[in-house]
Amino acid sequence: MIEMVWLAIAVPLAGALFLHLFGRYLKEPLSGVVASLAVGASFFIGLTAAIPFFQDGAPGETILLWEWMPAIGANMEILWDPLAAMMTLIVTGVGALIHVFAIGYMHGDERYHRFFAILNLFIASMLTLVLAGNYAMLFLGWELVGLCSYLLIGFWFNRHSAAAAAKKAFIVNRIGDLGLMVGLMLVFTAFGTLSYAGIFDRADAELTTGLATAIALLFFLGAAGKSAQIPLYVWLPDAMEGPTPVSALIHAATMVTAGVYLIARSAAIYELAPAAQVIVATVGAITALWAATIAIGQRDIKKVLAYSTVSQLGYMILAVGTTAYVAGLFHLMTHAFFKALLFLGAGSVIHAMNDEQDMYKMGGLFKKMKITGVTMGIATIAIAGIPPLGGFWSKDVILAAVFERGGYFSFLWVIGLVTALITGFYMTRQFILVFMGKPRWDEGVEPHESPRVMTVPLITLAVLSTVGGLTNTPIRLSLEHFLESSFETIQQAHPPDETWLLVVIALLSVVAGAVGIGAAWVSYRRPREDWERLESGLQPAWGWWEQAYNVDDFYGAAIVAPGKRVAEVAAFDVDIPIIDGAVNGVGRLVRGVGDWIRPLQTGYVRNYGALLLAGTIAVVVWLTVGGA
Amino acid sequence: MIDPGWYMSLAGVLFIIGALGLLLRRNALVMFMCIELMLNAVNLTLISAGRALNDLNGQVAVFFILVVAAAEVVVGLAIIVSIFRLRSTASVDELSELRG
Repeated sequence: MIEMVWLAIAVPLAGALFLHLFGRYLKEPLSGVVASLAVGASFFIGLTAAIPFFQDGAPGETILLWEWMPAIGANMEILWDPLAAMMTLIVTGVGALIHVFAIGYMHGDERYHRFFAILNLFIASMLTLVLAGNYAMLFLGWELVGLCSYLLIGFWFNRHSAAAAAKKAFIVNRIGDLGLMVGLMLVFTAFGTLSYAGIFDRADAELTTGLATAIALLFFLGAAGKSAQIPLYVWLPDAMEGPTPVSALIHAATMVTAGVYLIARSAAIYELAPAAQVIVATVGAITALWAATIAIGQRDIKKVLAYSTVSQLGYMILAVGTTAYVAGLFHLMTHAFFKALLFLGAGSVIHAMNDEQDMYKMGGLFKKMKITGVTMGIATIAIAGIPPLGGFWSKDVILAAVFERGGYFSFLWVIGLVTALITGFYMTRQFILVFMGKPRWDEGVEPHESPRVMTVPLITLAVLSTVGGLTNTPIRLSLEHFLESSFETIQQAHPPDETWLLVVIALLSVVAGAVGIGAAWVSYRRPREDWERLESGLQPAWGWWEQAYNVDDFYGAAIVAPGKRVAEVAAFDVDIPIIDGAVNGVGRLVRGVGDWIRPLQTGYVRNYGALLLAGTIAVVVWLTVGGA
Repeated sequence: MIDPGWYMSLAGVLFIIGALGLLLRRNALVMFMCIELMLNAVNLTLISAGRALNDLNGQVAVFFILVVAAAEVVVGLAIIVSIFRLRSTASVDELSELRG
C-alpha cells in the first residue's frame, strides 16, 4: 500500500484538473462533492498507508516516482515516514471537512466550481510539500501552496481589498522564500545534494556550526514568511479577505504550519545550530505575545482569529525552536482542529448575519445558532487551554518543555504563560460578543442556523478538538511514540520528569487561561456601555491593539515608500530621460539627417541627369588629371 | 586614312548634343533619343579606337552595347507608353512624385 501513497497527491490533483476543465458543466453542489470526495479519498489512502506506523514503529521509506534532476539529488520521490503521515492525515482530514463545509458556504457563488478546483489544487500542493523526499520537491510544494493561497485570498478579486491582500500575501512570502532559497543553495554547497537521505545522515559529521547556523536562520526566514512570524506576519491578517473556508484551511490549519514542518523536518540541521534555536524560540515567543495582544483589540470576528493564529503559530515556533519537535507538531495538530473549527464557526456566523463581520453588531446569537454556538464554545475553551480539551495538552507540553530547558528559556516560558492568559481573554471576549448578551444586529438581519452540510463538519471538528489532545498526554505518549522513528537521531527537549513539577506547570497554565477567561467574563458580561467605557479607559493601549501597533503603517513608511521612491527615480529620472532618451535620440538623429539631405531628391529627371553628368565629368577629370 | 582624332571629335560633339538634349528637353521620348545618341557616340569612339589600334575588342564591345541598348529601348518605351496612357502626357516635369 505504501507504494500507492503518491495517489494521495494525484487524486486531488486530478480533481483540480477535472473541475478546472469541466467544472462549469456541473450543477452547483456537484463540483463541491467531487472535490470533497477527492480529498476524502486522499485521506483514506494516507490512512491505509500509515497503518504500519500505527502498528509498530516502522521506519520511514523513500519511494522513487521518477527521476527529475538526479544530479542535484532532486527526484520526484516521496519520504513516507510518521512525520509525513501525520501531516498528510491532518491536511486531508481537516481539508475534507472544510471542503464539505464549503459546499454550503460557497452556495450561490458564480465561480463555485473554480473555488473547489483551486482548493483541490491546494491539497495536492500541500501534500507535495509534506511528502517530498528532498528539498527541491518541498520547495515546489512550498511555492505551489503560496500560489493557491494567492489565488484564494484574491478569490473575490473584484473587491479591491481582496486583490490587494492577495498581492500582499504573495509579496511578503516572496521575502521569506528568498531566505529558503538561499538556504537551499547553502545546503547544496555543503552536501552536493538536496535529498533528505543524503543530508540528515551526514549533517552531524560534515556541517560546521557556522554553516549550520546560517542554513537554519535562512530556513527560518522562509518559515517566518509562510508561518506568519515577526517580522513577516503582516500578510496573514489581511489574508482574511478570502472566503472563510480558505481562512480555515490555508491560513489556520495547514499552509501556515508549513514553516513549523520545515523546521521539524530539518531538525538534524537545527540540532547543530544552538544559536539559531535561541533566535527561533525567541521570535516564536515574542510573536505569540505580540499577536495575542493585538487580538484583544480587534472588532472583526475573523481578524481576532487571524491574530490568534499568528499567536498560536508563535507557540509552535517556540516549541520547535526549543527543539521540542513533537510538542510543536502536537500543537500543530490540535490547533488545526480547533482553529479550523473556530474559522468555520465564524463562517457560519458570518453566513447567518448576511456577511456582517463586526462583532459589535452581533451578540445574543446563541439562541439562534445552537450548534455553531456550542461547537465554537468548545473550540474557545480548547484554545484557552482548559483540560481535558486539545489545546490544554499541547500548549502545556510546549510550556513544560520550554521550562525544563531552563536558563534563558525560562524567560520565554513566562512570555508563553502570559500569552496563555491573554488567549483566554480574547477568545472569551469574542465568544461573549458574538453569542451572548443582547442582540446588536443591524436592521433586517435574521440570523438562522446554517444547513447541515455546514454543521456536520463543525460537530466533527468539535469532537476532534475535544479528544485530539488525548493522543499525547503525559500518561500515554501515543503521538510521541508514533513520531519516534522520524526523530530517533534527534536530541529533543522534553517536559520535566518529576510529576509534581509537571503538575505545577500545568496548573499554572490552566490558571493563566482561567484568569483570562474570568477577566473577559467579568468585563464583557455587562451592558454595552460598560465594556465600551472599559475599552476607552484602556487608552492608549487599546488604540495600539486596535490598530495592530500600526505595523502596517510603519512598514509602509519604512519599506514600501522608499521602494516606491526608488522605482519612481528609476522610471522618471533614469528610464525616461536616459534609456528612452538614447533610443529616441538615434531616431531623431536619422530623421534630422534625412530632413537635411532630402532636398536633393527633387523628382525632376534632369536634375538627376545633371548630377550624373557632373559625377561622370568629375571621374573623367580625376582619371586624366589625377592620372591613376 | 582619316585621323582617328576626327572620329573622336565627332563622337564628343554627338555625346554633348545628347547630354544637353537629355538635360534640356522635357519630352520623355526625345530624352530617350538623346540617350541613344550618347550611346552611339560612345560606340563610335570604341569602333574608331579599335580600328586605330587594330584590335577587334572595340567592335565586340560595341555589339554588347547594341544588344543592351536594344533591350533598354524595349523596357524604356514600354514604360513611356504606359505613362502616356495614364497621364496623357510624356513630359517628365509632370512626373515628379519622387520629390523628397
